[in-house]
Amino acid sequence: MRRPTLPLHAIAWIVGAFILIPVIYALLGGFKSTAQLSTNPFGLPDPWVPSNYTDVLADGPFWRQLWNSTFIALASTVLVVALSALAAFVFARFAFRGRELLFTLFTMGLMFPFAVAILPIFVLLRTFGLLDSPLGVILTQGAFGLPLTILILRGFFRSIPGEIEEAAILDGCTAFGFFWRILLPMARPALATVSVLAIVGSWNNFMLPLVVFSDESGWTLPLGIQQFQGQYSSDTARILAYLVLAMVPALGFYAIAERHLIGGLTAGATKG
Amino acid sequence: MTTLTRGPQAPALAAPVSPSRGRRRGWVTIGLFLLPALVLFLLLVVAPILIALYASVFKWNGFGGLPKNFIGLDNFTRLFGTEVFRDDVWHLVVLVVLSVVVQLPISLGIAMLLNQRIRGRTVYRLVFFAPYVLSEVITGVLFSLILSPGAGVANRILGVVGLNSDWLADPDTVMLSLFLVMTWKYFGFHMMIYLAGRQNIPDELIEAAQIDGGTPRQVFWHVTLPLLGPTIRISVFLSVIYTIQLFDLVWILTQGGPSHSSETMAVTMLEFGFKRSQAGYASAISVVMFALSLVFALAYQRFVMRRDLEGATTRMGDHR
Repeated sequence: MRRPTLPLHAIAWIVGAFILIPVIYALLGGFKSTAQLSTNPFGLPDPWVPSNYTDVLADGPFWRQLWNSTFIALASTVLVVALSALAAFVFARFAFRGRELLFTLFTMGLMFPFAVAILPIFVLLRTFGLLDSPLGVILTQGAFGLPLTILILRGFFRSIPGEIEEAAILDGCTAFGFFWRILLPMARPALATVSVLAIVGSWNNFMLPLVVFSDESGWTLPLGIQQFQGQYSSDTARILAYLVLAMVPALGFYAIAERHLIGGLTAGATKG
Repeated sequence: MTTLTRGPQAPALAAPVSPSRGRRRGWVTIGLFLLPALVLFLLLVVAPILIALYASVFKWNGFGGLPKNFIGLDNFTRLFGTEVFRDDVWHLVVLVVLSVVVQLPISLGIAMLLNQRIRGRTVYRLVFFAPYVLSEVITGVLFSLILSPGAGVANRILGVVGLNSDWLADPDTVMLSLFLVMTWKYFGFHMMIYLAGRQNIPDELIEAAQIDGGTPRQVFWHVTLPLLGPTIRISVFLSVIYTIQLFDLVWILTQGGPSHSSETMAVTMLEFGFKRSQAGYASAISVVMFALSLVFALAYQRFVMRRDLEGATTRMGDHR
């Protein structure tokens, strides 16, 4: 009954080529000089020119942007996961008047396009003196990450049996004690999932840092890449090297956290 | 803590009878736990949207506290009268139609393919989804180089079959080029959603249809596809909501050009809000985007997705 799988493989290979060729072109192109790139766009580099990569790596801006991106991603994630876990705990395990209303308010946030708020956010951050400050990006990303994170965590917290909670309370646990010492350790997989989502979202964010940072020292990688393209617009090979180096952390993280990322995205999509 | 509920299924307002002191302490806990998230959310999500609503009826350059020069709906009448905005709407329609008619069916097809037991499917999945984790900026810069008019590498490849094009630099091809890049980046995301949806369908249903003599084509059209309905409706929903606020890719690839031929609402909004200091007018664009998302989301849930919620139980019964 097995059907031949050759046509299926052929389709998969074509799609794979569509995905991979641009990336391979960038990877190899980074090892060519720009002159070589125009005479020999497809072949292997001849000779291999590592200077595009080494120049970028020897330069300060790339590492500074890498650090800024990392710091902002980690801080945003800690913020949004901490606040969401507290709120999701209340939404999942307490009964009180107005709970569903408040929860709906948060989940409505899933429908607000971020672009709608960008101008007022800029004005607010300027008023608070948070322009050109990582804190401006961190707080805003934290706020916009709340809806999805609360939604996912609440679902997980609800699935933990009430008996465990009763046992903890009989043993003299306070609400916070139960949350901190029992619920959070049990929720590790869900926490990993929402953290991965928050890190990727922050890492790739462009619009917010674009309006927050005018000073180069605060730039994240996406801003740096955009600026680099403008600065070396005639030196294609060098831009390709910068792109490839900027892909490395994202793809490396994907390799480690792929399960959590995909699990979280599909859960968020189907439950949201 | 007597106000803690008993379990996941506890009804919303069924707080157990409790001495008033315990109750008060429950409220303190609720307040302390909820407050940080609530404050941040109100300050940086709700307030900005209210400010945008408010500012949209003022002439305002974005400076000096709240706007004062009230002009009613003038920003909106001006906006609806401009060709740029009508083009924005047209581009939205084009991209949504292309996504729903081309991108999502392709994603679905590939998901079905990778649901088969073919060798290396884990690797295929990993590779197909990978572009989703690359930022819009990386994607945009990469493709602006590949699709550069003249000697760009896309022209080098397609020139062999005589398919030269100016891609992003030609108003006639820019939307298709943009859509091509969007497909490269996002089809893997929809593919993953479909794969997850497919895995939620009990294999027994598919097998039963096969045993009853259904050809693979019949099984797909009459069993798999209907059961994937809820998943497909969600992926369409996400795709539309994303397209309404499309910004990053366009900004990097074309800045909305050439001569506004790929501009989106978000690009127009940033252009006026930040480059031309017309914050009131830009807010009107924000409000239109907001209203579009809201109306679409509510209408979609009311008319399209409600069936999924209602039918969820009865449909399972039908197949038993």
